[in-house]
Amino acid sequence: MAGIAETETSNVMSKAIKEGLFAGVVAFFMFLLFVGIETYQDINNALVWRTRWGLLAIFVIVAAVGRFLTVGFIKPHLDQRKLDKAKSGVLEISDKKSFFHTHFLKIALIALLIYPPVSVMLFGTQGSLKYVDNFGIQILIYVMLAWGLNIVVGLAGLLDLGYVAFYAVGAYSYALLSSYFGLSFWLLLPLSGILAALWGIILGFPVLRLKGDYLAIVTLAFGEIIRLVLINWTAVTKGTFGIAGVAKASVFGIWSFDVGASNNFAKSFGLASSSAYYKIFLFYVILALCMLTAYVTIRLRRMPIGRAWEALREDEIACRSLGINTVTTKLTAFAIGAMFGGFAGSFFATRQGFVSPESFVFLESAVILAIVVLGGMGSLTGIAIAAIVMVGGTELLREMSFLKLVFGPDFTPELYRMLLFGLAMIIVMLFKPRGFVGSREPTAFLKERKTVSGSFTKEGHG
Amino acid sequence: MEYFVQQLLNGLTLGSIYGLVAIGYTMVYGIIGMINFAHGDIFMLGGFAALIVYLILTSFFAGIPIALLLLLMLLVGMLLTGLWNWTIERVAYRPLRGSFRLAPLITAIGMSIVLSNFIQVTQGPRNKPIPPLVTDVYHFGAITISLKQLLIVVITAVLLFAFWYIVNKTPLGRAQRATEQDRKMAALLGVDVDKTISITFIMGAALAAVAGGMYLMYYGVASFNDGFIPGVKAFTAAVLGGIGSLPGAVLGGLLIGLIESLWSAYFSIAYKDVATFAILAFVLIFKPTGILGRPEVEKV
Repeated sequence: MAGIAETETSNVMSKAIKEGLFAGVVAFFMFLLFVGIETYQDINNALVWRTRWGLLAIFVIVAAVGRFLTVGFIKPHLDQRKLDKAKSGVLEISDKKSFFHTHFLKIALIALLIYPPVSVMLFGTQGSLKYVDNFGIQILIYVMLAWGLNIVVGLAGLLDLGYVAFYAVGAYSYALLSSYFGLSFWLLLPLSGILAALWGIILGFPVLRLKGDYLAIVTLAFGEIIRLVLINWTAVTKGTFGIAGVAKASVFGIWSFDVGASNNFAKSFGLASSSAYYKIFLFYVILALCMLTAYVTIRLRRMPIGRAWEALREDEIACRSLGINTVTTKLTAFAIGAMFGGFAGSFFATRQGFVSPESFVFLESAVILAIVVLGGMGSLTGIAIAAIVMVGGTELLREMSFLKLVFGPDFTPELYRMLLFGLAMIIVMLFKPRGFVGSREPTAFLKERKTVSGSFTKEGHG
Repeated sequence: MEYFVQQLLNGLTLGSIYGLVAIGYTMVYGIIGMINFAHGDIFMLGGFAALIVYLILTSFFAGIPIALLLLLMLLVGMLLTGLWNWTIERVAYRPLRGSFRLAPLITAIGMSIVLSNFIQVTQGPRNKPIPPLVTDVYHFGAITISLKQLLIVVITAVLLFAFWYIVNKTPLGRAQRATEQDRKMAALLGVDVDKTISITFIMGAALAAVAGGMYLMYYGVASFNDGFIPGVKAFTAAVLGGIGSLPGAVLGGLLIGLIESLWSAYFSIAYKDVATFAILAFVLIFKPTGILGRPEVEKV
């Protein structure tokens, strides 16, 4: 017995060494030109090059050692674990859920509600800005966008690669209407949502007949068209310069956050002037908007239209033969998804105080879609977790100034933000292709509620 | 009239480049049914490989003949991007084959982000200009044809013929077509499906690399985010021609090139991309399978 096991390990080891060497050779050629050679412009502005053999060596060694460890140690370990699991027989699903599990939503909501005051207490009024704005608001905007897109992709199964168009419609609706007509945030918030929903219907109509990838490419095209129009229609949108000085939101017109105003929030309460109050207020606004999105999604799923969406996602032909009007079903999905995108957009405009087409590139659509898929399509909790991990993780990178001590003072972690975001997308997908929350409970059931493993359901058949 | 013919020529040149990239999209889509979003960035990598080879060769051999220089630029680009695409397929797409449909799409989008940011980090965010390589022009009456345009069209035509020959006349092409039609059956009949798919990725990348090298030669500049817009246009071309169809990809590429240059010549240069995308939307709305695509039969 021992002999067999030994030859097996030595087999694995020799295979691992071979694979590692092979990976090293492949990596050497892959990175030879792009890492080993650096191109830069000299003083005369001519393009010249120099070698970076040290960096190339690091890349090659990392690839070789990584592959060696994967084949030699990690893979056998994972296989062994899978085998043990299979041997132990039926999967045990414990009915008893932990306290944390059952009260998860309440705990999360309370944590979010006390988040701004706690960060003010811990870091001071000015110090809390970073935590409330960069982390809190930024993540919540993405949560809201991803929940909005989830209606289209996760529930109705329509692959939309141009969701950022509706975000842009919302942002520009608010920026333009408030700067040309001086309308207030609370009036324009619903209006931008309605306008975005209208655009959802307008863009949804032509693509009703399209499926899957064709739908994806046409929505991508629409997203690009809207961005290009925003860039080129300079008379109204000021083109790439964008619209600056977008009005701030007020607390329902009672208190204002404009410094000069007589009803300034800080003045009315006799507080020291700080932009932190505005950010804390915005935090609660976006939190409320997120809750609205979640509430509407959960309620709609239990209504006939939500059931129709899920039926459409699973099988369009069956859906049609049961008499469901697929045209209105698809259009409502587009419209409602777009509406939340519009809300998020007008919120984004008032938070930034500045909108430009730069903010609405395809990459944003890709990031939002990635959050929806990484979270596990259709699962609100999973999507929120994905948004926190992906957006929060990349924001965290801005804070890692200690890395400068390791890699030298020239090291700027921000530069690697999107690179790491892309890598994280790939790695999460490889290990959890179904997303963080891969199983879901059916909303409709006959006698008892059974959890359906994600692998039994078919998704994204647009 | 001369102006029109001139624009037609410009469109043809641009269309050849789009067509070459579009073939990579259409082949990968045909064989494993996924949109390889990173393909545009493979095209960009090909351009960068050509740029770096150009810099190295011209600094070592100052008087190198242009023909040899161009040949080496394109060849090294083809080999390197082929290797890249092979690795990408192995690492990011193969483990997800048979998983649900959106998973490889997401890794492809992730790969696209990784590739463009990788080049931004390693080669810097600024545009990389090179002096014009081929400057000869020929005059036919009022029409001017530059040698580089001619080169692009001829190289494209030669590659297309070679490609058509491989796909239609060789055992490898037969394996590719069999895998495209029915992967499981092809595997049962002794086709090495994994190998065939790998080779398809390498072939697509090689064509994209040539397109990238020629794009660099035509415009004289390379940038890390060059991959997205040409990539989306090439994908548009593939869909327009009917995704999965090789002649369709070329036809779509040429159409997109022509639309773009004629629109910029007669209407407005600012809205040329809007025109391209709008025409894509129109075609798909009235003929959802593209111009030469086979209608997809939906099985219950």
